[in-house]
Amino acid sequence: MSIATRFVADAVTDASESPWAGFVARRIGRLVVSLWVLVTASFLMIHLIPGDPVRAALGNSAPGALIEARREALGLNDPLWLQYLHYLQGLVGGNLGTSMTSDLPVAQVIGDRLPATFELAGLAFLLAVLISVPVGALMGVLTRGGRRRRTELAFTSTSIVVAAIPEFLLAVGLVYFFAVQLGWFPVAGRSDAGSYVLPVVSMALGSAAILSRIVRVEMLSVLGADYVRTARAKRLPNWMIYFRHALPNALTATLTIGGLMLSAMVAGTVLVENVFAWPGLGSTIVSSILAKDYPVVQGVVLVYGLGVLLVNLLVDIALGMLDPRSTIKES
Amino acid sequence: MSTSKTAATAGMAARWLAALKTPVGAVSAAMLLSVLTLAVLAPILWSGQAEEINTRAILQGPSPEHPVGTDSLGRDLFFRLLVATGLSVKLALAATGIGVCVGLVLGAVPSLLSRRIGRLVTAFVNIAVAFPGLLLAMFFAVIFGVGQTGAVLAIGFATAPSFARLTQTLIATQSERDFIAAAKLAGVGRVQRLIRHILPNIAEPLVVTATIGAGSSLLAFAGLSFLGLGVQPPAYDWGRLLNEGLNDIYLHPMAALAPGLAVVIAGLAFNLFGEAVAKTLGAPTPFAGKGAAPQRVRPTAVESSADVEPSTSSRESSAVLTVSDLFVSFPGPAGPITPVRGVSFSLAQGEAVGVVGESGSGKTQTALALAQLVEYPGSVTASRLEFLGQDQLSSPSPAKRQLLGTSFAMVFQDPMKSFNPTMRIGTQLAEVAQRHQGMNRRQALARAADRLRAVRVPAAERRLRQYPHEFSGGMRQRAMIGMGIMGNPALIVADEPTTALDVTVQQQVLRLLSTIKEENNVAILLISHDLTLVGQVCERVLVMYAGRIVEDLPATDLAERSLHPYTQALLAAVPDMETDRNQPLAVVPGRPADPSNVPAGCAFASRCPKADDHCTREDPQLVQQEDGHRVACWHPSRGTGQRVSVELKLPAAALQGEAS
Repeated sequence: MSIATRFVADAVTDASESPWAGFVARRIGRLVVSLWVLVTASFLMIHLIPGDPVRAALGNSAPGALIEARREALGLNDPLWLQYLHYLQGLVGGNLGTSMTSDLPVAQVIGDRLPATFELAGLAFLLAVLISVPVGALMGVLTRGGRRRRTELAFTSTSIVVAAIPEFLLAVGLVYFFAVQLGWFPVAGRSDAGSYVLPVVSMALGSAAILSRIVRVEMLSVLGADYVRTARAKRLPNWMIYFRHALPNALTATLTIGGLMLSAMVAGTVLVENVFAWPGLGSTIVSSILAKDYPVVQGVVLVYGLGVLLVNLLVDIALGMLDPRSTIKES
Repeated sequence: MSTSKTAATAGMAARWLAALKTPVGAVSAAMLLSVLTLAVLAPILWSGQAEEINTRAILQGPSPEHPVGTDSLGRDLFFRLLVATGLSVKLALAATGIGVCVGLVLGAVPSLLSRRIGRLVTAFVNIAVAFPGLLLAMFFAVIFGVGQTGAVLAIGFATAPSFARLTQTLIATQSERDFIAAAKLAGVGRVQRLIRHILPNIAEPLVVTATIGAGSSLLAFAGLSFLGLGVQPPAYDWGRLLNEGLNDIYLHPMAALAPGLAVVIAGLAFNLFGEAVAKTLGAPTPFAGKGAAPQRVRPTAVESSADVEPSTSSRESSAVLTVSDLFVSFPGPAGPITPVRGVSFSLAQGEAVGVVGESGSGKTQTALALAQLVEYPGSVTASRLEFLGQDQLSSPSPAKRQLLGTSFAMVFQDPMKSFNPTMRIGTQLAEVAQRHQGMNRRQALARAADRLRAVRVPAAERRLRQYPHEFSGGMRQRAMIGMGIMGNPALIVADEPTTALDVTVQQQVLRLLSTIKEENNVAILLISHDLTLVGQVCERVLVMYAGRIVEDLPATDLAERSLHPYTQALLAAVPDMETDRNQPLAVVPGRPADPSNVPAGCAFASRCPKADDHCTREDPQLVQQEDGHRVACWHPSRGTGQRVSVELKLPAAALQGEAS
């Protein structure tokens, strides 16, 4: 902890030299605070469970000796502050505890499952961006200044309906049509490239719908900005005005929402993984909750939370690079 | 307070009714009503059928007898689906209720307790909001145990942070309002203020958000139950049915699809209804003109009216720009609005002409129309528009684009907004030369540095690498002018170039424009509401009123030889060193003509001391009075140039206009 505070302090002194360093330092400082809240929350999880978590996990018929042994192994007999200290110590060393059902280290369980989830969320986000940026930008250009009202209405209502369908229901629908009826893709599992299509698409579509609406709205407001008029006064060709002058400005705001979506997607994997029996963290956390394997749940929640925090940090930094004003604004 | 409360309630009822009248509002309200009715009635009516076990009809597909099929115990899935509405909706509403209550408390705490605790709560809420709801729900599901109660608490607590954030924002906005400040001064305590004054005013947006939130909770519940973390058998909601149906999606897909569809429809009903009401709350009209995005509108040619001649032929031979019968109009709610109504003039090489007039007189639209930058849905017509001898009314061509790009420069009013914030100044300057002058990037940047030096921006090379926000306002306007002279401009149109700058910087920018004009023989069209400023820089002045040029005179004549009463009134409104500062500043009495409803006859008549019947009947044309002096007035007479003596009588109509 002291290393972290020292680091933050150093970074803050640097801030006086360059706004960029100060900006990054503040963001990392925020990450550290959030991380601490997250770690503490995941530590308290077991302690907040009413009654004895070990008895809850092992069942009422479990012999007293076994329960006592488990309590000892989990360190639940130590005073709370000591447990907290041990927990933090373990985390620094990469030790997330031991699964109560499989006796494997939690870190190993997560390490085995993380890549599958990472792939799913990453590919889905990529697909959502690849769909929404061109579609949204095109829609913005086509419907700017209130023209093509019908196109706008069709686009808006379609995107609202698509966005309203939760990923896992979309997944069920897609499985029915493309796997059961048409047989193009496997119903479940993670094997060849074809098995990625349905999970990735079902996660990406809703986000793509929301994101493309945001891109369109941002594009509209940017196209109405004074600096776009300046670009037109320079008689630049339209493609230059749209791609060089308008799009980067439209994307800065999109990126903020996109980041929120990526973190929502991290959670969305949980449901979609269960539809497709995808061997990722999502199916692990559900089975662990049902099996009351608390150390695993604790570890997975921590990993998910860290993922969300990192995504937010990356978005903030990317935003700072795209729009140089955002680094200055806060100081 | 009670009156304001009832007023608020009445307004709320009116708005919700208004939402019902929109197509989306009506459909979603009907959907929502059916879902809610079904939720209440279905469990009472059909619980028996839904739970009747029939071992002879296990896992059947859809049939006339069982429209959705049967489950593994032979129970009719259609009835189960209907009955499940009750539990699904009940749980969603319960979770939303918890979310709203916890959120309200968390959101109100910062305004009730000490500042430090408040900050702590706010920080906590901010962190919690950043985490996806489902993740929080699973976290809480662990703590509260797997099952119905646990899931309700879990989803409730998971939605709380966003409600807390909303409450905080709403309270913060309300607290700044006058009546809250008054209540504070009157000694009303914090809790009292919150409950009696603030809460009633933020109730509506909260209810609307809660409606949308109920839809999301419904979906979240379906998710948890589907994962097996929500409703446990033998109880069942839609998520549970989906969970059971998905195992056999190969055999009878309806068992999985039907509950999925039910969830989507019910979720949509809540969401759409909430959105429809939310729209009536803020009710910003989507295209209120301001948000309208630009479009290049090409001026179209119209027949020339014979009696309006732009200017003398001697001037035309060296004209940089010639325009006749320029009209600009926009569609308005009550017929077209015409900010420019027949402007004709021409600009000679190296001539500096000022365009003056009150705001709304059509100066800026004239400038934009000349530059062919009028924004959609505006339309531009003219009988003649020529730039450097090139007709601008025909369709655009690359050659025309290049000519305009290199020879027609624009300087806009607000240098803060006129540069692209995400591009370096150098890039923005260089692209003109790269595009139109065939330079490569390095040459173009060298030219840009040279141009920045020409507009006296120090450390030009370093400045090129900077972003607009690193420039001061005056420096930005210099850079904007520098961008204009990247090519070889024959004309610089400057629309209020110094309005956004402070006085000392104003002078520098004006001097810069004059220098460029002198050194390069560039014509300047300077748009301004400031007569003094125009007099300093320009040789000729065009006075605009209600979309027309009412007087065109040499700048030297401005002070003492103006002929139009409007010009004289504008002059009278200019304060100088001798102005008595104990008197209120002189203004042009009355209101400018409304461009959507320009009166017949002379548009200035209602404000004019010399107006008579003729003026209100017939519109005066801009005619030559003496060499280089045109005026559109039935009673042109020389002003004395003495400010005090120009005293305008206020016509009754104008007075009424002022009062209303």
